Amino acid sequence: MFRNQYDSDVTVWSPQGRLHQVEYAMEAVKLGSATIGLKNKTHAVLIALKRATSELSAHQKKIIPIDDHMGITIAGLTADARMLSRFMRTECLNYKYTHSDLLPVGRLIANVGNKMQVCTQRYDRRPYGVGLLVAGYDDLGPHIYQTCPSSNYFDCKAMAIGARSQSARTYLEKTLNSFPDCSLEELVKHGLRALRDTLPNEVELNTKNVSIAFVGKATPFKILNEEETGTYLTLIEGDERRGAGPSDEPPKDPQPSTTEKKDPVPVVSMETE
Amino acid sequence: MALVLKNSSAALNQHSFSPYADNGGSIVAVAGDDYVVIASDSRLSTGYSIYTRDQSKLFKLSNDSVLGCCGCWCDVLSLTKLLEARMQMYLHEHQKVMSTPAISQMLSTMLYYKRLFPYYILNILAGFDNDGKGVVYSYDPIGNLEKSKFKAGGSSGALLQPVLDNQLGLSNIKEKPEAITLEKALNVVKDAFISATERDIYTGDSIIINIITREGIREEKLELRKD
Amino acid sequence: MNFYGGTIHNGFNDSRNSFGGFRGVDDYNFQPDIDRGFITRAHTPLTTVTSVLALSYEGGVVMAADLVGSYGSLMRFKNCPRIMRVNANVVIGASGDYADFQYLQQIIKQKIIEEECLDDGISIKPRALFCWLTRVLYQRRSKFDPLWNTFVIAGLQDGQPYISCVDKLGTGYEDKQVATGFGSHLATPLFREAVENKPLPSKEEAIAVVKKSLEILFYRDARSFDKYLLATVDSNGAVIEEPQLIKPDWSLAALTECP
Repeated sequence: MFRNQYDSDVTVWSPQGRLHQVEYAMEAVKLGSATIGLKNKTHAVLIALKRATSELSAHQKKIIPIDDHMGITIAGLTADARMLSRFMRTECLNYKYTHSDLLPVGRLIANVGNKMQVCTQRYDRRPYGVGLLVAGYDDLGPHIYQTCPSSNYFDCKAMAIGARSQSARTYLEKTLNSFPDCSLEELVKHGLRALRDTLPNEVELNTKNVSIAFVGKATPFKILNEEETGTYLTLIEGDERRGAGPSDEPPKDPQPSTTEKKDPVPVVSMETE
Repeated sequence: MALVLKNSSAALNQHSFSPYADNGGSIVAVAGDDYVVIASDSRLSTGYSIYTRDQSKLFKLSNDSVLGCCGCWCDVLSLTKLLEARMQMYLHEHQKVMSTPAISQMLSTMLYYKRLFPYYILNILAGFDNDGKGVVYSYDPIGNLEKSKFKAGGSSGALLQPVLDNQLGLSNIKEKPEAITLEKALNVVKDAFISATERDIYTGDSIIINIITREGIREEKLELRKD
Repeated sequence: MNFYGGTIHNGFNDSRNSFGGFRGVDDYNFQPDIDRGFITRAHTPLTTVTSVLALSYEGGVVMAADLVGSYGSLMRFKNCPRIMRVNANVVIGASGDYADFQYLQQIIKQKIIEEECLDDGISIKPRALFCWLTRVLYQRRSKFDPLWNTFVIAGLQDGQPYISCVDKLGTGYEDKQVATGFGSHLATPLFREAVENKPLPSKEEAIAVVKKSLEILFYRDARSFDKYLLATVDSNGAVIEEPQLIKPDWSLAALTECP
């Protein structure tokens, strides 16, 4: 596994100005199954692809409710996501207790970012190995935020993370301009189509492996049940499919090729979703 | 509090400050087989002053549980906010809304936790039990809980309860008891409040009635005398 | 446990340390003072300020309070402003102990500054501030160290007129009109009369009722004063006007020279 002189610790810089441990943590996100967040003018939608670790196990939950106005979907280490979601729930609960109001989404994300950053700067910590897509609704309207193990966070119009998510991002980029004015139903359909683009040809979306949630104006955060999910799935049946091919290799994100040595490829050591 | 009061110099410094206030108000709840009715007046007062004539003392906790609280209003606000938070934590942990019996037990624990500096609140919780029948839980300020079919409490408790015993409990009446209909329950609740308002200055202005059925919660309002 | 240390001096605290984190049951212990063997916290108010009046009107709210700080029966300070502009949607007014008000005023100012630093386009709404105040005052009363004030919060909650009141125990309620102190006896009946037939009077009508109430309080409340501040919150924002004077009419009083 050891291939690099400068990746022994999160606190060690490489001469190129990189933190290899943090970058490795970023790779954990790509091991999780794909998940998508997108919004129109009134609603924010989360769509996730669920995986079952074996024939014997059920599909793992990908979407976690935080409060009435917010929920997250995760890609990466599920256990780390549990800690983050607990933190977010507590923050929302405390704000509700002291202000009888909902915590503005951007403020919570800033807090989460600060919490995650600590782990990238101390020798006795490790970065969170999970990426989040946060869908929320507050006085400023609907939001989609993305957080990374590097503790960066981004305010997004639409975003996809996880394995083979590049195909979904390509779809989202192409159809981005139609999102703001489309209906909630259209928005979910766009999300499902984007998610389908990440699948190998032999896999299909079904009510077991898809999870849909949304939140919006006068709509508390809601995760759809299988029946409701099925209704949306039938809406995109028969659409032209633009799958990324049968390969299991995650599409490589373009990266600056300043290093001479190739970065090590991480192996799966923990359960990821 | 007990610790503080034992201390003589502490007692000297107590001055006239009391952490408690009596803000009045009354609650009545009646349970049937497929409904529960819970009502409160809307007067919030302190002594001879009325703070507001329009303060409901009913707190909707879930789609089938409503809590009525009266007594020391600052304690009511604190307890109900805490209860709300605890219920949301339960929802997240168990992926289901708390049932009325679960709430009833938690409320008792929360009240007893403050045994030595109690919440000065009269609580009445209305909802459905695990068999789906209407149920009323009533509490003393330190968490003693009693399950019943009807209960009145608050500043007019002593005026309201005998009416319920007679009209709904049919105490000392030889007639064959029959199931109390929702209509009958509503009428008794309204009459009880209208009567109590005649004599109790801490109860009045209007009553807010929550009618809980399997279909959800319906609210009714009835004006009372304002003096 | 120490909220003030937490939120005020530390920009990145998480709100679990903050006041009224709902798990703050530990906050009710009396350990620090029992260690020292005595309690120094309970007190009575010293420099006091009297009534605050607030009334909602069509599209906004009006609040008024006079400017005198009394030391017992001594009219000691003649310029004690006690209506504070929180943001474009909220003002708060205080009666009771003036020092306690100034203390809490600093904390609220700090809260506003922190919010402005975030620069996220969200500012605290009156109901949120009201709820926060009930938690602050309730925790202080639970430590037997109350802030000896009654606060009135007035402003626009999502565009609607909003008025609420919190006392030193943390007792809080919302209403269309609020008057504290002596005003609760003398001004509330006038306010209730004003809103009885017309739930939301016009701005001019509301201000007239408030001014009349101030005048009556000036006649009857020995701790009141003829110089006052008047604030309005509506679509024009939260505006506290320059101090104004009550023009009393003593013509009814015996043994006074009338012009």
